[in-house]
Amino acid sequence: MFGWEFPPHIAGGLGTACYGIVKGLAHNGVETIFVMPSASGDEDQSAARIINASDVAVTYTEELGIGDFLDKVKFIHVGSNLVPYCDPEDFTNLVEEERRRQQKDFRIHYGQKFKFSGKYGANLMEEVARYAMVGGTIALQHKDEFDVIHAHDWLTYYAGIAAKRMTGKPLVVHVHATSFDRGSVDNIDTRVYAIERNGMEAADKVITVSDLTRNIVITKYGINPDKVVTVHNAVDFSGRDDLQVERGVKDKVVTFLGRITFQKGPEYFIEAAAKVLKRTKGVRFVMAGSGDMMNRSIKHVARLGISDRFHFTGFLRGADVQKMFALSDVYVMPSVSEPFGISPLEAMRTGVPSVISKQSGAAEILRYAFKVDFWNVDAMADQIYGLLQYPALAKFAATEGYDEVNTLKWDNATAKMKAVYESVVNK
Amino acid sequence: MAKKQICLYFQVHQPTRLRLYRFFDIGKDSHYYDDFENRTILRRIAQKCYLPMNQLLLDVIREQKGAFKVAFSISGSALEQFERYAPEILDSFRALADTGCVEFLGETYYHSLSSLASPAEFRLQVEKHRQAIKEYFGQTPVTFRNTELIYSDAIGDMVSEMGFKTVLTEGAKHILGWQSPNYVYCNPEKPSLKVLMRNSALSDDIAFRFSDRSWDNWPLTADKYLAWLKAAVSDGGNMIGLFMDYETFGEHQKAESGIFDFMRALPGVVAEDGEFEFSTPSSIARRFKAVSEISVPEAISWADEERDTSAWLGNELQKDAFNKLYGLYEKLAILNQPSMWNDFGHLQESDHFYYMCTKFFSDGAVHKYFNPYDTPYEAFINYMNVLSDFMIRVDEALSEKL
Repeated sequence: MFGWEFPPHIAGGLGTACYGIVKGLAHNGVETIFVMPSASGDEDQSAARIINASDVAVTYTEELGIGDFLDKVKFIHVGSNLVPYCDPEDFTNLVEEERRRQQKDFRIHYGQKFKFSGKYGANLMEEVARYAMVGGTIALQHKDEFDVIHAHDWLTYYAGIAAKRMTGKPLVVHVHATSFDRGSVDNIDTRVYAIERNGMEAADKVITVSDLTRNIVITKYGINPDKVVTVHNAVDFSGRDDLQVERGVKDKVVTFLGRITFQKGPEYFIEAAAKVLKRTKGVRFVMAGSGDMMNRSIKHVARLGISDRFHFTGFLRGADVQKMFALSDVYVMPSVSEPFGISPLEAMRTGVPSVISKQSGAAEILRYAFKVDFWNVDAMADQIYGLLQYPALAKFAATEGYDEVNTLKWDNATAKMKAVYESVVNK
Repeated sequence: MAKKQICLYFQVHQPTRLRLYRFFDIGKDSHYYDDFENRTILRRIAQKCYLPMNQLLLDVIREQKGAFKVAFSISGSALEQFERYAPEILDSFRALADTGCVEFLGETYYHSLSSLASPAEFRLQVEKHRQAIKEYFGQTPVTFRNTELIYSDAIGDMVSEMGFKTVLTEGAKHILGWQSPNYVYCNPEKPSLKVLMRNSALSDDIAFRFSDRSWDNWPLTADKYLAWLKAAVSDGGNMIGLFMDYETFGEHQKAESGIFDFMRALPGVVAEDGEFEFSTPSSIARRFKAVSEISVPEAISWADEERDTSAWLGNELQKDAFNKLYGLYEKLAILNQPSMWNDFGHLQESDHFYYMCTKFFSDGAVHKYFNPYDTPYEAFINYMNVLSDFMIRVDEALSEKL
C-alpha cells in the first residue's frame, strides 16, 4: 500500500483514513506493507509494516538494465517536456538527448537514497516522481510478499503504476479527492489531473470514497464504470476520551470547522449566520480553521455587521479541535464539493447535531444529519434555527446521530475493500 | 518687528496593547491586556526617548533662560503606564512643568476616536484628562489637541464649549488650498477658537526623514534647518507648527542618527539668528489675530497621505468594530461602574483600530512599524474576541442591576 502520510505526523485527513484502513484490513485478515515517503519511526506499526521510502535506494537488477528500468518508469519524469516548434528530425534528436540525459542522471543517482519531505511543498511534483522510482524498487524487493498494490490519491499513483509495471501485480487506486474538489471546475491543475487519470486508467479497480466521487471519476476522467467501486469512509473513535469542557459563553454555539477555502463554502455559512442572527440573539457562530478565503470571510462578516456574534479561531490542532466540537451546539459543513467529509462524523460522535451540504459524500450515508444544498442559505438558516430553538429536535438528532456514526466502522468498509482485492487477484 | 514663532509640540502616547485573546477565553477571562509587553515596550522607550529627551529639553530651557518653550500632550493611557511601570518619567515631566516653559495640552484621556462617535463620551474623556493633567502637572489645559490631530468644525465647536481657546490640527493641503499653514486661523462657528496648523513638510523632515540616508538633504543640520524655516516664512506667515510624536527622539529616529545633537543645537542656532523665537500654542493664540476662518467640514488628521480618518475607520472591519464598541455607550452610562468605564476606555484607544488598517501601500511601512499583529485580520479577530467578552460582562452587569 502506497500512502503519503500516516499518524501521528499528518497534515490532512488522508493519513487518518489510511490508518483506519490498515487497522480495518488487519481485522479482516489482510496484511499490509505500508510505504510512505518519509516515516519518522513513531508510527503505529501494530497493524502494518511501514517502509520508509527515504531509507531505500533506487537500484536495478542485472536482468533489468537501466534502459529497461527507465522504459518502465520513465513516464514519471516530470521535468518540462514541452518542446518549442521543431521539425521531426530535431525532435528525434531532442528525445534521444533527453533519454541519454535521463540515463546519465539515473547513473548518478543510482544507489542513492532520496530524502523525501513527505510534505506538500514546492517540490511536490519532483517528490511524486522520485517516490515512483523508489516505489518501483521497493515493489521489486518485496515482490513475493504481496498480492495487490493499493495506492492512495494522486501523490502515490505513479508509485503504484511503477510497482505494477515492475511486478505485474494488480493495482487498486483509491480516490479520496479529485482535482475537481481542489479547484473550481474550469480551473484545475492539469498536471495533477493527468496523473490522476493515468493512475485510474492503469488501475485494475478504482475505489472512490462516495458515489459523488465515483460520478466524477466516471464522467470527468472517462473511467469505465464497471471498474469503479464506492467504499464509503468510516471513522475510528477508539482511544478517544469524551472531553469535558467548561463553557465560557452562555449562548448556543454554531460551528464551521475546516479549511476556509472555496470548496468548503464558508460564505454560505456566513450568510446563513446573518439570517439566523436576525431572528435570535442567543447564538454565536464560530469559524474554526484557516485558508485562502479567511480574510475575505472576516471582511464579509464585518460588512454584515455581525462580528460581535461571529468569531474566528484561526487554525486549530489536536485537542483544540475536540474542544471546539465539545463547545458546539450545531455543526455545519456547507461544502460546495466534498468527496466525503469526515468532520460531521466527528461532530455527531461528540453529540453535536450536524447540518451538511447535499454536495458531500457523507450525505450519502448519514441519515441523521440535516442535509441542504450548499447554496440554499435560507434552508441552512432554517435548520440551524430549528436545532437551536427546538430542544426536542436537537436531542433527537444528537442521540440518533451518535448511534449512527458509531456503526460506521472501518472493519465494515475494509471488508468491501477486501472483496475488491479478491476480484482483481483472482481475475 | 515682532519675532516669528516656532511652535514645538510633542504627542506622548502609549497604547494599552491587548493580549492574545482567543475565542475560548470569551466568558472566562476578563483580563484583556498584555501587561508584560506593555511594560517591556514602555521601559525600552523610557530609556531611549522619554528620559534622555526630557533631560535634554530641561537642559536647553535652563541654558536659554526661559527663551525655549515646548508643548506636550500626554494621553491618560500613557500616564497610567508611566505610573505603573516607570514613575521616574512622571518626575522628569514634572521637572519640565516646573520651569514654566512647558504647556500641557488637553485631549481625550484614552487617545480615542470618541470625537467621531459620541459627544457625551468625548466630553467625559476630555474632562477626565483635564483632571489628570491638573493633578500631575498643576496646569489646567486651555489648548486642545485631539487624537492624532483629528479635527473638524464640529469638534472645534465642542471643545470651544468646553472652554478651550486654541486647537491644534494638521495643515492638510485639501483644507488649506492656497493658504499657508504658517498663520493663525479660527473656527467658523466659534471665531474665538484659534486653530494652529501643523507644517507637515518641516515637521516630517525631523519626524520621518531625519535619518534617511537616501534623502537628498541628508544629513540635516540645525543651520540647514533654520534656513528652511526662514524660507518657509519669507513670503509671510508668523508661526511654524512643528508637531510630532515625542517618540521621534531616540525611538523612531535612533540616538545614533544624531537626532539628540540636532535638537540640542537647534535652540541656540535659532536664538543667535534672531528671526524666530520658541513659543507655546496658547501664547501664540493670545498674541496673534486669526487671519481668517478655516472651514473643515469633514474630519482631518495627521495620518497617512489622505490626512483623514481612514487609517482608523477606512475599512469595514474597523467600522464594524467601532460601531459595536460605541453601541455600548448607553449601557455603560446606565451601569456607571468604574471598572467597566476603565475597560471601555482602554478598548477605545485609537491604536486598536489602527492595527486593523488594510492600507498597505504608501503608508504601509508606518503602519507595520506600529503594529503588534501580523495582519489586520488578526488584529480584528483578537479585538472582537475581547470586545465580545466585554459585551457579555456589560449585559450581565446590566441584568443584575435592573
